[in-house]
Amino acid sequence: MDGYFISLNINSFVSEPLTHDFMRKAILISSLVAAVCGLLSSFLTLKGWALMGDAVSHAVMPGVVVAYALGVPFSLGAFIFGVGSVALIGFIKQKSRVKEDTVIGLVFTGFFALGIVLVSKIKSNIDLMHILFGSPLGISLSDIQQTIFISILVVLLLSIFRKDLMLYCFDPRHAKTVGINVGFLHYLLLTCLSLAAVVGLQTVGIVLVVAMLITPGATAYLLTDKFDRLSLISILSSIVSSVLGIYLSYWFDIETGGSIVLVQTFIFLFAFLFAPRYGIFKFKKLLSSE
Amino acid sequence: MKFEKYRIEAENICVDYNGKVALYDATLRLKAGQICGLVGMNGAGKTTFFNALTGFVNLSKGIIRINGESLKTAQQDQSVAYVPQNEGIDSDFPINVWDIVMMGRYGSMNILRSPRESDIQAVKNAIGRVDLLEHTFTPIGNLSGGQRKRTFLARAIAQRASILLLDEPFSGVDIRTEKLISELFLEFKKEGKTILISTHDMIHIREFCDLVLLINKTVVAYGDTSEVFTPENITSTFGGMSPDFLFGPES
Repeated sequence: MDGYFISLNINSFVSEPLTHDFMRKAILISSLVAAVCGLLSSFLTLKGWALMGDAVSHAVMPGVVVAYALGVPFSLGAFIFGVGSVALIGFIKQKSRVKEDTVIGLVFTGFFALGIVLVSKIKSNIDLMHILFGSPLGISLSDIQQTIFISILVVLLLSIFRKDLMLYCFDPRHAKTVGINVGFLHYLLLTCLSLAAVVGLQTVGIVLVVAMLITPGATAYLLTDKFDRLSLISILSSIVSSVLGIYLSYWFDIETGGSIVLVQTFIFLFAFLFAPRYGIFKFKKLLSSE
Repeated sequence: MKFEKYRIEAENICVDYNGKVALYDATLRLKAGQICGLVGMNGAGKTTFFNALTGFVNLSKGIIRINGESLKTAQQDQSVAYVPQNEGIDSDFPINVWDIVMMGRYGSMNILRSPRESDIQAVKNAIGRVDLLEHTFTPIGNLSGGQRKRTFLARAIAQRASILLLDEPFSGVDIRTEKLISELFLEFKKEGKTILISTHDMIHIREFCDLVLLINKTVVAYGDTSEVFTPENITSTFGGMSPDFLFGPES
């Protein structure tokens, strides 16, 4: 691709796609979604909720389908099934001897399967491929409105309870000791996770939305020891991945969701190799030892 | 505050995790200015006892009163501070000393937890008391075990709790930290704070614990250290092993 890429005028690489209305929309909405998922990602990474993110993002599937069929906002259906799946995971874990990771895998695949079956049974204008793999280039107006609303809600919640959530991730016992409602914070984070999964599936689809929720946070975690910076890097790397992913998808005619997540993965690998302190080459050490 | 009454009253408390009994019929009463050692094997219920006193697990039986009030009131009043074991902390968490100590003030802040001038002063003062001012903005991952321990002690100081629960405060710390913690304990005692420490270190118990609580799923013995901390009691607490075997002949 190098010859083609280099000969390409950088200016037109950036500006040509922007002449299309659908591309402008896709880039704007994807950036918003990326920012929301990136912000949440910084909490999930620290809480160790990657598997939970995977579970919830898949479990919202039947909720989305049912909501579409009933004509109610799909975020509502997703929210009910997202939180419901976690409640079910907790219940089965408590009442049986099956280990937690097994229960998580079992519940979310069950929900996911239910979603796929429902799509095939409920005749509507839902495109299974759009839900599974996202379609930022063909996003509808009502979806845009809902995405903006949910994004603002999640960002507001995460901002208001930012310090409490940080404490909840770091030392829940201390939170409890000083009278902070830990149960509320648990469900708050869960709610935000369900909502972020819903907006995330717009751009990369249900199958890959978990990457939006864990990769940016993991990348940032390798690059800083400060929580505020971690969130900022997570959001930035997430937005850059989405925008770059969409451009690559446009120019090389590749699947958009996959393209976005691949860019995220490459950014992570770059951090993994070259992060000053925590990368495997540890440049800081090399520099200071000279 | 009713100083003549008990600070901690735990009456016949039982805790079980999904049907498995972790602690039963345990009773403890502590007054202001008392330091009590909590001694038992791993799995004897020390951590469970702390969990019960912080409200982190629910009691299946019994009652806990803190300063004569319910646990919930005590939490809202910031009465109880918990200083965790070093192993219980995620040392890779992106947070520095200042932020951790500030968490001691969260319970009395507004919903956004934006610090007031008084909170900032309390945090500065607490960091000063544990002698960590030069590490104020050091990330937790770059601290030594002793410095980490002192950070959480500073958080308890900033919280201005009247009751301190310390899980293994002397494990994995340097001599300097050990000395500093010992001095702080005596200051706390003078300030009328009540301290409960779990420790494996028998020497520290004799050094500054007024009382000792020996547990093995339930209370084996409780009372003044000089009376209760006998080789016989220690042996039965540790499931029949002699203290000589456990701690060497000097114990």
